[in-house]
Amino acid sequence: MDKIVSYQDVIDQLFDGMTIGVGGWGARRKPMSLIREICRSDIKDLTVVSYGGPDVGLLCAHKKIKKLIFGFVSLDMIPLESHFRQARQKNEIDVMELDEGMVQWGLRAAAMNLPFLPTRVGLGTDVLTHNLELEYVTSPYSDAEKLVAMPALNLDIALIHVNKSDEKGNTQIVGPDPFFDELFARAACKTFISSEEVVSTQELGGKDGAIFNRFERSLVTGVLHAPCGAHPTSCAPSYGFDIKHLKEYSEAAKSFDEYSAKYLNKTHQEYIDSVGGAETILNIPLPQF
Amino acid sequence: MSESISLAEICISSSSKAWKGEGEILATGIGLIPRIAAGLAKLTHNPDLMMTDGETYLISQPAPMGKRDTSNDQVEGYMSYSRVFENLWGGKRHAMVTPTQIDSFGQTNISAIGDYDSPKVQLLGVRGFPGNFINHKNSIFIPNHSVKTFVKGEVDMVSGMGYQNKDLSNGKFEIKLVVTNLGVFDFNGENNNLQLLSLHPGVSIDNVIENTGFDVIIKSDEVTQMPTSDELACIREVLDPQGIRNSIFGE
Repeated sequence: MDKIVSYQDVIDQLFDGMTIGVGGWGARRKPMSLIREICRSDIKDLTVVSYGGPDVGLLCAHKKIKKLIFGFVSLDMIPLESHFRQARQKNEIDVMELDEGMVQWGLRAAAMNLPFLPTRVGLGTDVLTHNLELEYVTSPYSDAEKLVAMPALNLDIALIHVNKSDEKGNTQIVGPDPFFDELFARAACKTFISSEEVVSTQELGGKDGAIFNRFERSLVTGVLHAPCGAHPTSCAPSYGFDIKHLKEYSEAAKSFDEYSAKYLNKTHQEYIDSVGGAETILNIPLPQF
Repeated sequence: MSESISLAEICISSSSKAWKGEGEILATGIGLIPRIAAGLAKLTHNPDLMMTDGETYLISQPAPMGKRDTSNDQVEGYMSYSRVFENLWGGKRHAMVTPTQIDSFGQTNISAIGDYDSPKVQLLGVRGFPGNFINHKNSIFIPNHSVKTFVKGEVDMVSGMGYQNKDLSNGKFEIKLVVTNLGVFDFNGENNNLQLLSLHPGVSIDNVIENTGFDVIIKSDEVTQMPTSDELACIREVLDPQGIRNSIFGE
């Protein structure tokens, strides 16, 4: 079994108007090399589900998003995402704004093949005012409580960045927090992985390594070898987020051309070279709070 | 203590009371003052509080502000984002947060200012506010008490629910304490109105009334209790030895 794919193979699986889920969280472990590749393509009108960071911002800057399903968009150390803000303030994207717990609840419903999962979250807030498609469900038990029926967030494709994978799609996320990547993979028809390292199954570390295997390989459609593929976001424990680059990226909301000419429309290797090379990235310290 | 007591220190001491008597729960202070305040609560009156290192691990002592050698952190447990949701949906948490707007119902906004479809100012998004406020107690810290933060009518995008919807929360909703640069408040006035509990030194009742976009009940106009020497030692020597707290009010 060999699931190794190229960037072009992944792009060939995408179509206009599809729903894409992006793993990671804010400025952490985002499949940025795949996001940059989407920005180079002519794919458009995407619905994007994300715990948003520069993945959302970059897609906004390239007008790739028709609708964003989100709880926040942030670059962590830089709290507000300038490209996303601009898209919102110019009314360029539709949004389904949810509590961040509701996002995982919707992914979980999709992962479990359920139409919805009940929750109190959202009640009493404008999340319900602005998302008229959200319906209620009444508890069938004696409490008869009225709850929100959080609909399944079914994804056509999930894109996830991991530390390690073999050719069969046995992936490992070895950073301390796997975020909600498992749910993204389970909620999607197909999941494409970008991986820092592609190793043999023997090199996955046996039982000790298997603890870091956060979802099973049957969920993985393709594996792309993308060393430093999360840059400028972090990929613990290998590298932290590139604050200097994120500042430059943030500033680029005012005029995107210079940033774009410097860093985008390149192959992944060319991009890595443009930001100082793999060694430089691997030396970026992990953030401390 | 030869140093004079700063407004930041008064706010930290006042804010730490939010976790008084809360027992063995997860204390989350988001932002400079709330984070130091949560740490102060743990070091003084509530050692049972659980706190994270700001990321994934529960640690035995509050993480001090600024750069530190994390190898000294005594890790005692795990608190990934997934587990944070499990924890907070179960209600075993008390967070102190800083919304951009708050209204007379206690509703809060961190999502967007202005018209929702094309906001004048897009902020973070509702983040975890809907889930936090409906599932567990929260307290509020506002560094810039004004009619722009304490707004007339309702906040622009209700992110955290308010007292008029308390019945929807299975009894869990409560804003325990509101600390601002002007004073200390709660929402325990008649009909859950905002009420003044104490004024920081040099602040008048008129200052509070002028800077609040809705009616405030004046329960007391006494001066806010100053931090004790123990509290000051914890703040200055343990929790924030680099004095990062002073940046909040430019002190």
